[in-house]
Amino acid sequence: MNKKENFFKGIIKENPLFVSLLGMCPSLAVTTSLENAIGMTLGVFFVLVLSNFIISLIMSNSKLADLVKPVRIPVYIVVIATLVTIVEMVMHAYLPSLYFSLGVFIPLIVVNCIILGRAEAFASSNKPLDSVIDGVGMALGYGLAIMTISIFREFLGKGTLTVWGDLQVNLTFIFDFLKIEPIAMFVQPVGAFLTFGLILATITAIANNHKNKLAKKVANNG
Amino acid sequence: MDNLIMLAFSAFIIENIILSQFLGICPFLGVSTKRSSALGMGMAVIFVMLISSSVTWLLYKYVLEAFSIEYMRTIVFILVIASLVQMVETFLKKVSPPLYKALGIYLPLITTNCAVLGVAILNISKEHNFLEMLVYTTFIGLGFLFVMYIFSMLREKLDFAPVPKAFKGAPIALVIAAILAIIFSRFGGII
Repeated sequence: MNKKENFFKGIIKENPLFVSLLGMCPSLAVTTSLENAIGMTLGVFFVLVLSNFIISLIMSNSKLADLVKPVRIPVYIVVIATLVTIVEMVMHAYLPSLYFSLGVFIPLIVVNCIILGRAEAFASSNKPLDSVIDGVGMALGYGLAIMTISIFREFLGKGTLTVWGDLQVNLTFIFDFLKIEPIAMFVQPVGAFLTFGLILATITAIANNHKNKLAKKVANNG
Repeated sequence: MDNLIMLAFSAFIIENIILSQFLGICPFLGVSTKRSSALGMGMAVIFVMLISSSVTWLLYKYVLEAFSIEYMRTIVFILVIASLVQMVETFLKKVSPPLYKALGIYLPLITTNCAVLGVAILNISKEHNFLEMLVYTTFIGLGFLFVMYIFSMLREKLDFAPVPKAFKGAPIALVIAAILAIIFSRFGGII
């Protein structure tokens, strides 16, 4: 696998959220606004890239790897928890409003299956540079997925799209034009389950359609 | 007393851990295909949650706060939970084989269950005292068990329903969860 494939697999083919269904809890909880989703992406990006890098550094040193192997999961958890604590402190100091709106889901990055999953499945058996590329791809794939969910939810629920702080796109005129109100249900917990379910179904339908076409092509040629 | 009843009720229904706080979604979707496994997972979660929340609460109050190193919370809590789960597993195996048989296979899964760490952190950030912590944790756990059980019954029925091809598996489960969430959020009007 070359570097480009390695990077793009996290975004589409092995998208952690839409394909592997990893890291569901934060993706449902923080997607009430686009701003929260972007904040969460930043946190996951920092932790995932650095944890992949550090863990692959540890595991590619053969002496250290032998030492760590029997207790590797606790070692991974300590590395990840340290990085998460850094994110927590930096956010609390510089982005307090984001810190309070993400709440308990910042410390919960520790138990996000994507991060431990990549550490075990990729970083522990690959070179540091490849692991960093894998981490960047996976974090971007996750980020794009939760941003997609949050765009639907914020637009349908409030009629706005908040990118960052005061940078907000107001789209309520669409609702005014159609003479309806924004559907508040979408920013409530109900909307999270519904939006995610419908997006997943759409993706499955597209994938099935694609597979059928490929199968037909093969059948015609054969 | 009134406060405690209020706390219990809102932890059980209104702030339901799965349907309004989105913690523990992985076991909610993964282990809810059969009633028996939903029950087993629910019991194991209540059990581990109570022990780990008590231990982390005491540790936070009497060690981390005493030495003013609260920023170590995340690292300490996850390590405590991971080792506690291991200890509980070994202990149950030795002391109560029937209980181990019922809960055993779910215990390793619980370490990465965000509900356990989530409730431990929520108890700290909501500044509960020890009694409130016990009540809150118990009823959050019961709420988890309750929703898991209802959901597993729905999914057992779903096996015989004609579901569109694209909705098979996770998508239809999420849509059902959305309907359950509507019902649960309406209970908020009681208080």
